[in-house]
Amino acid sequence: MVQELKGLDTEKLRAYWSYNVKLTTFTMVVWFVVTYVCSYFVKELNSIVIFGFPFGYYMGAQGSLIVFVWLIFNYAFKMNKADNTYGVEEEEE
Amino acid sequence: MAKQKSAFLDNLGKIYLMYTGVFILFVIGLGIAEKMGMSNKMIGYMFMFVTIGIYALIGVMSRTAKVSEYYVAGRSVPAFFNGMATGSDWMSAASFISMAGAIFGLGYDGLSYVMGWTGGYVLLAVFLGPYLRKFGQYTIPDFLGARYGGHAARTIGIIAAITASFTYLIAQVTGVGIIMSRFLSIDFTIGVFVGLGGILVCSMLGGMKAVTWTQVAQYIILILAYLTPVTVMSYRATGVPVSEIMYGQVLQKIDAKEKEIIADPKQKEVWDLWKKKSDNLTADIKGLPGSLDAKKKELQDKLATLPADAPAADREKIGKDIKALPQTAEEAKEKWTAAQKDAAGRSKPLKPYLEPFARMDAKNVLALIFCLMVGTAGLPHILMRYYTVPSVKDARISVGWSLFFIFLLYFTAPAYAAFARHEVLTTVVGAQFANLPSWVASWGKVGLFKVQDMNGDGIVQFAEMIINTDFIVLATPEIAGLPYVVSGLVAAGGLAAALSTADGLLLTISNSLSHDLYYKIINPQASILRRLTISRLLLVVVALIAAWVATYRLTIIVELVAWAFSIAAASFFPALVMGIWDKRANKTGALVGMWVGFLSCVIYMVGSRFYGLDIWGIKTISSGLFGIPAGFITIYIVSRLTAPPSKEMQDFVENVRIPKGAGTATVE
Repeated sequence: MVQELKGLDTEKLRAYWSYNVKLTTFTMVVWFVVTYVCSYFVKELNSIVIFGFPFGYYMGAQGSLIVFVWLIFNYAFKMNKADNTYGVEEEEE
Repeated sequence: MAKQKSAFLDNLGKIYLMYTGVFILFVIGLGIAEKMGMSNKMIGYMFMFVTIGIYALIGVMSRTAKVSEYYVAGRSVPAFFNGMATGSDWMSAASFISMAGAIFGLGYDGLSYVMGWTGGYVLLAVFLGPYLRKFGQYTIPDFLGARYGGHAARTIGIIAAITASFTYLIAQVTGVGIIMSRFLSIDFTIGVFVGLGGILVCSMLGGMKAVTWTQVAQYIILILAYLTPVTVMSYRATGVPVSEIMYGQVLQKIDAKEKEIIADPKQKEVWDLWKKKSDNLTADIKGLPGSLDAKKKELQDKLATLPADAPAADREKIGKDIKALPQTAEEAKEKWTAAQKDAAGRSKPLKPYLEPFARMDAKNVLALIFCLMVGTAGLPHILMRYYTVPSVKDARISVGWSLFFIFLLYFTAPAYAAFARHEVLTTVVGAQFANLPSWVASWGKVGLFKVQDMNGDGIVQFAEMIINTDFIVLATPEIAGLPYVVSGLVAAGGLAAALSTADGLLLTISNSLSHDLYYKIINPQASILRRLTISRLLLVVVALIAAWVATYRLTIIVELVAWAFSIAAASFFPALVMGIWDKRANKTGALVGMWVGFLSCVIYMVGSRFYGLDIWGIKTISSGLFGIPAGFITIYIVSRLTAPPSKEMQDFVENVRIPKGAGTATVE
């Protein structure tokens, strides 16, 4: 299994991994804000009402979920593209 | 065979679209049959047996004797369909039936389940999913075994996988029994075995391959069943058939109505009655054992002084009351304490539905969200699903689809809760007892919705309702005035949710035993035939044990499920994540870390539940809050105090992090 790494440019590998770490960090920060920060300040957010939804409640019931779905697809598409950019994509079978 | 398989995979979209169409026609057909006089019982039977028949048929068609098909569906499941399968694998009877109820009862605080059970997929997407696919073996203990070397890490993995999955499995089997017995009016035990028969055919013959294609079929049924009634309800209440947007208005109406209720003196009267009841019970408990004797004597005197011409019914009633009294002072203490707690809870004035942290404090809401999230990302039967997609890229996209399909149900659940609460507050509260909507009586019969006139004014006050919130999803079709066929559909949906999860769990448990324990540790020379035979046998044995345990109807099951999350979160998650993200993590660190995580979690659970252990007021359901960080920190520190992993192991980690070469990593 180890052999496959040979012949790969270590510079590129490092750049690929640091890109991944950055994207992961971004994802986790957004995740943290919509879940914990929004939940913590729910009372303050509830003073905004849209379509009858107090905003804090809405974030818990739907808003955070929509952001989660977006976050995962965003991560997936960016990483899938990065695989090709850094030349670490899987071989087609 | 290979040609056949690819023809099936190429046409997946068409096949499942057709299946959906046929299923909808089947439901419409039953609707017409109902109009023409088909009995409710018959409709119930049709739904249960046709859907279970479909699942069994898929199982027979997907039978396999290949190891990679049995364990990981040949790694040929497209991202989209793996997402659907994960959706139904994940959504259990609890998601389908109880979640809307939890929100109904807990208001904002109940949303912690909605956030917790979805946000975990973000963790899974970035920390685990793609890397596990790159690693590409068969089970989660496989990864622990490979990364941390030797049998020790694998063994702890097996123990944690089985503990978490088995408790969860019992809850699903219980759910199957309840749904079958309620809708077919058959015995609970028979319901369990009929339902299990369907999934056993499926998973025994085809392993992961059969389970995957069945789960996709089950997802379609469960989501149709979940969305139909609430959409009609929304149309009926607001004129727009999109419940998820329209319930905002309903929330405002709930809020206004609740303000009225809180200000109403008649309502307060009932709260005071509960308070009095609670105080009386407290006094009785203090007065034990004398108070018990006094009660008995009082009833006996009443019986003795009853006039000779009193109706026999009166006599019988008092006799029954005497029998119902606790036998011993200990029993009385236990019973009365429970009743006192219940009454004390009901004596508290209504807290507004929209008010955050009214039923749980902020700390506990946040802790619960955290534990549910990490637990989600650590459950082996979910993680296993990402072994089944063809590539790392597919694994990443597939997590997205998984959450999307789960999201469809989860963002509808609060709408269910809101419509039901609105209905209860407007048509039941304030209504005359003689004039209640008909669904109150029919759900009262099965004990899910009780009303009693405590203050004797003939009008229902809020605290006069005793509600089992499970009624919400089940009763919505009736509340919305839909024909019985929709209730049958909902039951079929609930059954699909319970069976699909049970399927995945059964497979996880039997694979842990047959692949990890038997093949990898006990007998590495075992032939493929032998391994698969053992796996199939174990599947049946585990299913039977689960069914047997479920027939005891232990009340602790609900708590056990919550615990399963914390156990998975505290024991698996840190070791898996550190195995990928920390090259320095070594065997000793992982072993100690898993034990520390597991034990600190279990100690807090048991301690807080039974022995009054309390740290920062964290409830027992969020025990993982201590175990998770303990696991991470222990792995980090112990690894650094001991020798670093070999160069080979570090290369292995490097390899898992890079998608290139996934094809070759799967070779057995």
